[in-house]
This record gives sequence, C-alpha cells and structure tokens, in this order.
Amino acid sequence: MSPTTDINFKLNGRPVAVTVDVTMKTLTMLRETLDLTGTKYACGEGECGACTIKLDGRTVNSCLMYAVDCDGREVVTIEGLKSDAALNPMQQAFVDHGAIQCGFCMPGMIVQADYLVEKNPDLGRQEMQRGLEGNVCRCTGYTKVLAAVTAVVENR
Amino acid sequence: MVERTRVEKTSLIGQRVTKPDAPDKATGKTRYINDMVLPQMLIGKVLHAGRPHAEIVNIDTSAAQQLQGVHCVLTGKDAAGLKFGFVRDNVALKDKVRCQHDEVAAVAAETEEIARQAIDLIKVEYRDLPGIFSPEEGQKEGAPLVHDNFPGNKSLRFELKHGDVAAAEAKSDFIVDNIFRVHHVTHCCMGTSCAIADFDSNGKLTIWSQTQYPYNYKMDLAPALGMHPGDIRVIQPPVGGAFGSKLDVYPYEPIAALLARETGRPVKVMYDREEEFISAPTRQPAVIHMRTGCTRDGTLTFRSADVLLDNGAYTSWGPTIPVIMMRTTSGHYRVPVVDFQAQAIYTNNPYAGSFRGYGNVQTTFATAQQMDMLVDLVGMDPLEFHLKNAQKSGEITPQKAFLRECALDQCLITAARASGYVNKRKKYALERDSKGRYKHGIGLASSIHNAGGAKIHKSDGCGTILKLDDYARVTVITGASEIGQGIDAVINLIVSEELSVPLEHITILNNDSDMAPWDVGVHASRTTFIAGESARRAASKARRQILEAASRYQDLPVDALDLRDGHVVRAANGEIVIKLERLLRQMHFQPQPELVMITDYYEPNSEPEGADHISDHSAAYAHAVHIAEICVDTWTGEVKVEEVTSAQDVGRVINRMGLEAQIEGGIAIGLGYALSENMVLQEGMLKNPGFRDYKVFTAPEMPELDLHFIESNCAEGPYGAKGASELPTIVIAPAVANAVYNACGVRILNPPLNPEKVARALWEKRQQLQQ
Repeated sequence: MSPTTDINFKLNGRPVAVTVDVTMKTLTMLRETLDLTGTKYACGEGECGACTIKLDGRTVNSCLMYAVDCDGREVVTIEGLKSDAALNPMQQAFVDHGAIQCGFCMPGMIVQADYLVEKNPDLGRQEMQRGLEGNVCRCTGYTKVLAAVTAVVENR
Repeated sequence: MVERTRVEKTSLIGQRVTKPDAPDKATGKTRYINDMVLPQMLIGKVLHAGRPHAEIVNIDTSAAQQLQGVHCVLTGKDAAGLKFGFVRDNVALKDKVRCQHDEVAAVAAETEEIARQAIDLIKVEYRDLPGIFSPEEGQKEGAPLVHDNFPGNKSLRFELKHGDVAAAEAKSDFIVDNIFRVHHVTHCCMGTSCAIADFDSNGKLTIWSQTQYPYNYKMDLAPALGMHPGDIRVIQPPVGGAFGSKLDVYPYEPIAALLARETGRPVKVMYDREEEFISAPTRQPAVIHMRTGCTRDGTLTFRSADVLLDNGAYTSWGPTIPVIMMRTTSGHYRVPVVDFQAQAIYTNNPYAGSFRGYGNVQTTFATAQQMDMLVDLVGMDPLEFHLKNAQKSGEITPQKAFLRECALDQCLITAARASGYVNKRKKYALERDSKGRYKHGIGLASSIHNAGGAKIHKSDGCGTILKLDDYARVTVITGASEIGQGIDAVINLIVSEELSVPLEHITILNNDSDMAPWDVGVHASRTTFIAGESARRAASKARRQILEAASRYQDLPVDALDLRDGHVVRAANGEIVIKLERLLRQMHFQPQPELVMITDYYEPNSEPEGADHISDHSAAYAHAVHIAEICVDTWTGEVKVEEVTSAQDVGRVINRMGLEAQIEGGIAIGLGYALSENMVLQEGMLKNPGFRDYKVFTAPEMPELDLHFIESNCAEGPYGAKGASELPTIVIAPAVANAVYNACGVRILNPPLNPEKVARALWEKRQQLQQ
C-alpha cells in the first residue's frame, strides 16, 4: 500500500476534504473515492479526452494528473456544469442537436467545448475543431458536436 | 387557460426527435456498466499470454493465492471442457496459447490494485511454438496446426456459383483482375469491455453485460459455463459503444461468471485500453482476388471472387462474413454470372468478430474500385456506365434477393448532380500529371446492403409488450437493445405517432432478458425496421382497442374517431370527445374492467439464409452512393477528405436527426478504415495498442458532409423505412480510393491509404514513368 495524504479543494463549488493514496490519479479519486462517475476512463494516457475536467478554469486530462495536485485548487466536473436544475447551455445544445449517441465520451467533450466557448466567445469553426481534437468520439463523426458548439457560440 | 375544443392532426414521421437518454448522458448522470459497483463486488483481472503460440508447461499460482485480499485464482483446468463459440473452438481459460491475448489465468480480489499484483505473481512456464501469421502460411503443406482438430488449419468455407464464368469471360471485352488485401482494424468502443457476474443462491446467473444480442447471448454463454441458457439473466446497462463488437461472447464474460461462481460474490471484469486493443475482436482481414468483366458497350458480364480469410486463433463472427461478401459480389449492380469462394484459415493472429458493415466493407472496397477501373477501360461517361448496370425496382439478383424498391439510379443521379461529379472527374484526371504539389480528386462508390434484417438465424423477429396506465402514460417493453444508436428515440417516435401521446409520456424498457421479449439483436441494419415495425404494430393494436372502447362509450362509429395529442377526437373535424386518460380510467374502473396491455411479435417476410445461400434473406435491400472529394499532398502522401456527398435509399425518414447521426458516424468509422486505422501486427503481436499510434478520426479531419435521403417507401418496413446504419461505413473507403486514383493516378488495393502508402505508390509511379 502506498502512503496516503489529506487534501482539501473545491469540487463543483463546494469544499471537500479527502484522504488519498499519493499515487492515485485525479480520475480515480473522482470516480472511486468521490463517486462522481460522470468523468470517464477510456485510455488512461491522455489520448482520448474522456476524463476531461476543469482545474482552476482550464481543462486537463484527469487520468494524467495526481489527485494530490488538486490540493488547494478548484475542480469542476461534468456534474458541476449543471446550473441549478436545468442543463447548462452547452449540455442542452448537445441534447438538442443530436450530438449524443452512446455518450461515453460526452462528459469530456462537453467540458472541453464549454471551456473553449468560455475562453473565446467568438470561437470559429477551425478553432473549435482544433480545440476538440483531443476528444475522441467513435459514434458521431463530430458533425453534430460541431453544430451544437456553433449554436452555443451563436446564441451567446 | 381556455380549454381546447379541437385538436389538429400532426405527424412526427421524418421530424427531428431528441434521444430520451441524452440529458442524463450530457450531465454525467448515466451509470454505464463501467461505472457500476455492487455491494461485496470483487474485481476480476485476466493474465494474458503475451505470446502468439505456445504450450503451457506449468502454472504456479501459489504466491497469488496467498496474497491478502485475493479470493480466487483460476486457470485452464477450471474451464476444461467448457468449449464455446460457433465451432466450439474456444474456452474461457486456455490450456494452450493460440494468440497474444489468450486468457491463461484469472483472479478475483478485493481491489483492482490487489488483483493486478496477484496477476503479476502468477508464474507461467511456456514452450513457444512456431506460429502461423498469415492465411497463406497457414494453408501450406505441413504448416504447424493452430488447433489439432482442424487439419490444414481450415476453418469455414463458403461457395456460390451462378452461370458459366468461362463463357462469360469469353464474351467480355474488358476484364479487371486485382488482389485486394484488407487489414485488421478494431472497434475502439470508448467504454472498454466490461462484465459483472453474480450467482443467486439457486444457482441462477445474473450477468450485467454490454451485449447487443441478449437472447442468443444466453445460448452462447451457457456452454462456456456448463449451464442451461434458461438459468442466465442478462441485464444491459448503458454501454460506451458496440458497433458489432458485442455480438458474440468473448472470454472475459465467462471468466467473470466463473470467478463469481467460485467466490460466491459479484465479480466485475473491465479491460484497460491496452487490453482492449489486444483482446477485443477486429474487423475480418482478407485477401480478395476479384475479377469483373464487361462488354465494349459497358454491360457487366461476370464477377468472380476468390477470398482467403485470416481466421485468427478462434472462430467468432469474422470468418462468417462471406455470407454477406457473396451478396455484394452477386448483387452489387446487375451481374449475370457469379463465382464466389471463400476459405478461412486459422492463424495465431487476433480473431475477428462482427463490425458495422460486416463483410461488405471489405467486398465493396474491391467491387466499387473495379467499377471505377472499368469506366476508364470502356471509356464511357462514368454516370452512364453506373446507371447502365444499376438494377431497377423488381429485379432479382442471382442469389434471389428481391429488390422490390430499388433506388440505386436515383442515388447515383442525386449524388452526381449535387457534387458535380462527372465534370470534376474529367477535369481532375486531366490535371493529374500537371506540376504542383497538391492534387484534387473525386471518387464515386456505391453499394447494396440488407436493409430489412438478414435471416441468418432461424428467426429474425422482435417482440413488443405495450401498456397504457390510468394516466395515459405508455410503457413499451421491446426486445431491441439500445447501444447508443438511438432505437429508443425511434420507438418513442413511432408509438407517439400511433397513439398521439407526447413523447415524454412514453417509457422504453429494454435492458433485462427476463422482462423483454425475444429479439435477434442489434445487427444487419435491422432494428428500426424490425423492432420499429413490431412497436408500430403493438401501438396500432392499442389504438384500435382504445378507439373501440371510446366508440362503445360515446356511441359513435369507430371510424369516426381518432387519437390526437392525448385526446379521443372526431376524425372529421378534430373536435374533442374525451381526454384519453379519462377514457382509460373509464375502461379500467367498470364492472367488466379492461386494461390496455398489448403484445406483438413481428417476424419479417424474409427467407432463411440456407446452406446454398440462394434465398431472399432480407425483407428489404438498400443502396447508398458516396462521392468523396479529396486533396492529395503529393510530397507527403497525405490525403485530406474535403467533402463527402452521400445519397442513400432510407425507405422513409423516421427520426431525421437520428438518421443523420447514424450516417455521419458511419462515415467517420469508414474514413478511419480508409485512411488511418491499422493494427500493426508483427508475428501476431500488436505493436500499437493505444490511441497514440492507432489513429481514429478526430474533429479536425472530418470532411464537410452533404447528405441526401432517397425515400423509396419500402412496402414492408415501418411507414416505409429501411435499415440505414451500415451502408455509410461500407461505401466511403472505395470512394476515397477512387478519388485518390482520380487525383494522382495511383491505385491502392490495400487500405489504409495512409501517407506512407500513398507516397510510396507515387514514388513507384514516377520510377515507372522514368523507365
């Protein structure tokens, strides 16, 4: 067994205190310790984007990041994007534009898309495609994903 | 609020309907099988051989068994004799190694970390054996045997003959003759393979599975456990993709069950991505020797195909693809004479399962390129050549496929016009040898596929149970599996159309084999057609029962009544007669109570495949045409697909948004096959088991898509619909290959058309020109 350590951070707007194994990845902590299973494991090596979360406002692959590095920082997962009871505009656009099939990659894809639009409200198509390059989807062919993100940009 | 007195008639058919499961998937709420945890659950891990062909001399599991937190360790002797698979050549845990991923041992432990440590503590002594790594090697005299009981490494064989090929050749003015080598690719489901097994105290197994065919799955899983299929309950949580990869039983599933039986606790086995690449089924690779002939006026005379399949180490769906390969060989355009043969040879490579487009992806890569070659040999206008050989409605193929509604000509004309195909093809060919680094090209390919199921089992049907409660909420229990493709939205739409209740008042249940009625499974582009038709019939019966009751209570003729938006109305003017939920309560709470509970079983009007393969095995057939516009960087060999124009006979559009999504996603998988995806195997060992080196398409590579739906109004499918989701994967690769030829004059017969291959072909072409 690896040694453990206590960390404190802000998760989806609320403070949390967790004891984690020092070798544990953020993805494992979210899924197994905190039961936030919205963030997905799909490759474990930062190649597919299914585990994308926001860390201090920027997106990261949570499978590559040690849980201890969350200490003192602010983490937002797919579960935290939801504003009040409704879906946030990006989540709603993905639903309305038929961008979700099996949906397994979608938490990461939506967090990344939300971040891209937050960072650049005038996001163009090429920047959108580039910005989503690290998020692999096997179902959709990305066409409806791009349509959903475009709709969010246009409706801002 | 003013009470409505009238309701207008509306229809949802062809509209855009969102998926009922989408909001939970968008918010991370959906609990996929990979996310599931059960009380007392143990984690199962598999020890893979990591070598292609070997005898297992000794296994020492003592250290693993002694590790704290380990509950059991199983090896080949624990599964001895429990053979499964089509030809009973597989077993959950092996006594001999026949491919890299072969499952040699398995452990169940309290945590994943302990399970991994235990796996590392198992010591196996192997004696490596010479391996077979291609079907050509495998069929050589004296080649080592992969299975002792399959002499000559011979697995399945298929043949089809129609007419006299020698005579047809003699009549041909042009014959193209090529050897196509199609490669190993894999599904890359984003949710890795996962199963959870648990036995109750009566010995009944519950398995949470990613399967896309829950009913035959029980039959296929049972022998791997020495059980009766009736003692297995299959629960299907949401899955992260399937695409055909979950159409058979694979060893991790019986392993989960064997570990659960041994420990008396629920056991979850989930692969990591590397294991997934190494262990998951592949698309069937093949060597296809194809010949097609035609006369000077452009009329096809014959087509022959001699196919050698790399069976891999075990027999799953892969080596059965000739069932569809021969359909394409005999039915892609009007081919009067056909000669088809295919032999699968066991090797020590990974083994193939079913994959979207099943056999047709491989065959159309050959047929559609040969059509393009013949255009140039005959010197005809390409569209005219394709139209001349395109079947018309009512024609019957040599295999007796009845093309009742055939829209190939419309697909060809629509796609060619929308893309400016004919003029561009001529222009780009003229520019081919001009100076300049970048060359543009355009390529057309079409294909035919079953679009009303494929009766390869004794039944191709689907059952539905439908009920309405006292509040006019509808529950539909369907045999059809939802694997992300959107059948729930289709059934929602169909039931809403028949009963005129809001979409959000309909619940679809389809995730438990003890609850839902029979269905063959999600394959063969059959689910909208067959499950959709069964749902339509069930809802239509419910509608009849409701209107008959209304007629009795309201003393109005049945034909004068209609259902609209949750009300019984007068059909003539939409005047409200009674609210549906009030009527349902009236039917329920009376001396002779009546509930609306309907069952339906729909078996499509198709013929079983049969040993001679001469049968009308699908209730419908459909065509698609893709035109790919590309740019080749002649310095690097990189092919950029800029636009794809697709025209597909979909029968009738049901859920427009879902249909578009299926075609877009199908094209993306097909483009990966055409251009980038490739399992690099060296002596049976996978060298690129990760997304870094196995390149699937991402957002920047996707071309613009221009989709056209041709509505041929199928006489058999729901509202005229045909199956649609495989054709887009089937047609795109040869369209790209034809475009590459158009752009720079190189013909590549072995996908993927990656930069290395295209650059080499261009270099070879330059060498030839210089000589």
